[in-house]
Amino acid sequence: MRPAEETAVPVAGTGEEAGAARDPGRRGRPAVLATGLVVGMAVLALVAMASVALGARGVSFGTVIDAFLAPDGSNDHTVIRELRVPRTLLGIGVGATLGLAGALMQSLTRNPLADPGLLGVNEGAALGVTLALGLFGLSDPAVYVWFAFGGAALTSVAVYALASSGRSGSSPVRLTLAGVAFGMVCTAIASAILRMDAQTFDRMRFWLTGSLAGQTADTLVRLAPFMAAGLVLGLMLARPLNTLALGDDAGKALGVGVNRTRILTGVAVTLLCGAATAAAGPLWFVGLIVPHAVRAVVGPDQRWVLPYSALAAPVLLLAADVAGRLIARPGEVQVGIVWAVIGAPIFIMLARRRRVAAL
Amino acid sequence: MAAAPAKGSPLMASRLSGTSLTLAYDQRVVATDLNVSIPDESFTVIIGPNACGKSTLLRALARMLKPKTGAVHLDGSVITSLPSKEVARRLGLLPQSSIVPDGITVADLVARGRYPHQRLMRQWSKADEKAVAEAMRATDVTELGDRIVDELSGGQRQRVWLAMALAQETPILLLDEPTTFLDISHQIEVLDLCADLHETGRTMVAVLHDLNQACRYATHLIVMRGGAIVAEGEPGDVVTPELVRQVFELRCEIIQDPQTGTPLIVPEARRRVTAPA
Repeated sequence: MRPAEETAVPVAGTGEEAGAARDPGRRGRPAVLATGLVVGMAVLALVAMASVALGARGVSFGTVIDAFLAPDGSNDHTVIRELRVPRTLLGIGVGATLGLAGALMQSLTRNPLADPGLLGVNEGAALGVTLALGLFGLSDPAVYVWFAFGGAALTSVAVYALASSGRSGSSPVRLTLAGVAFGMVCTAIASAILRMDAQTFDRMRFWLTGSLAGQTADTLVRLAPFMAAGLVLGLMLARPLNTLALGDDAGKALGVGVNRTRILTGVAVTLLCGAATAAAGPLWFVGLIVPHAVRAVVGPDQRWVLPYSALAAPVLLLAADVAGRLIARPGEVQVGIVWAVIGAPIFIMLARRRRVAAL
Repeated sequence: MAAAPAKGSPLMASRLSGTSLTLAYDQRVVATDLNVSIPDESFTVIIGPNACGKSTLLRALARMLKPKTGAVHLDGSVITSLPSKEVARRLGLLPQSSIVPDGITVADLVARGRYPHQRLMRQWSKADEKAVAEAMRATDVTELGDRIVDELSGGQRQRVWLAMALAQETPILLLDEPTTFLDISHQIEVLDLCADLHETGRTMVAVLHDLNQACRYATHLIVMRGGAIVAEGEPGDVVTPELVRQVFELRCEIIQDPQTGTPLIVPEARRRVTAPA
């Protein structure tokens, strides 16, 4: 099977041929994928500009540029600087965190249906925030984000434990059912709290359906460090997750700390989902659909899936937010509703695909 | 092993060994007081009837299962005390069931075997490139590099997994039933490949079901029954009709394999013996 001694050097190969013989599966791909990331960033910049310029109040691009270069305190400039820019940046942050959180969860659970909303993590975080705001009257995002983390962490542990109890272990279906059930319980408790308190309810009404509006630049500044920490940690886990994707035994045999990787991924997901939910309410589908689509394009390598998910999600989230502003002019439809309308049919389509259980 | 002998000392005939192992899954004890050492540069095959603990022993040697008592030693150190990546550079395992990520190509799957040689900051190197190409050539999957693993035949897929384990470049390679679910020609193909790898100086340890194949390929045979090691040594010395009857409850005749001269088990026809107590 193996001719002696002529294995090391391909005979009379030019550099290019040798490269082709060496690694046929990888040739050229990383370069293409890296270029794709750059293009993705450019698209994100374009969508962000649209998000600043478009809305219930139409503003010309010239005015947008003036608002940055020569702010004159006019109404338009104030809207842009104090409402639209923070909202856009928040959209980028929330999108990136949810996209990455979804990709991490799908990889860790080897479950293509994993989503921070579907598995109840965002609802848990939302319940935490509701408790903080509704019962304890805490209104500083840097404080109530900890309640979001607590809620997110507790629900992830509870859902995972519930799904993997019993002999058959956790299957995608059990995990999803447990997540949906837990999420509903959390949402029900949160609603009950809000019903008792009309004032808080009014403030949280929009937040609870998932909205980028109504948050100030201050919220963003306070939540940004948590989002950044979650993003960095999450992206660093790509290789261990890649290896663990081959199965627990294979991963361990290759030297992956299985429990350490699980726990670190859990921490990253909690940071990402907690911060995103504290900022924009419990959003569904973003974390489910984006990594799905990304995998279909870039393949199963988490070193590409994770950054692509973190980049594609904010593009789509911002686009949905802008669409929500334009559909119901001069009012607006919250981004959570726009996503549900777009996301639900896509979700059904994914669930109907036969190979959905095999990640 | 309190005073471990220095690496490479002539006292150490074996880099991988287990002493006084009690192996159990939760409360179910599979084996007690096992002592085993894998001769360096051998092709060791562990064999025995179903549920005799052979895979469990292999899993313990590969640190997949923590012994209740006793310890597995690798190069004189307790294996669990070594960093997991460090172990993964010396000892590879092809587990019984692995998961093929959806849509992964052959080349990408083989490349994942390089994990223990990589760090966060130093990712893909020339050495990685070379090891992957080497592994794919040795297992004859170079041509399949761009193919999706899911779409391959069972035999091809097993060769790809072997390539993945080879890319890990470990001097010791453990295989848990590498021929299960393969038809006879693919079984021979995989075992021939293992024999080739053994000839290049690797220590191979495999759990096999087929006694005749074990006799043919093993340089060292470990025969287990009911969680205990019943016999150990070269197949020609160990395998007797008496042993086969004792271990597998099967009457047989043993002849010479016309191809290799190793023992060939021919079960007795018709009359099957019930357990001789």
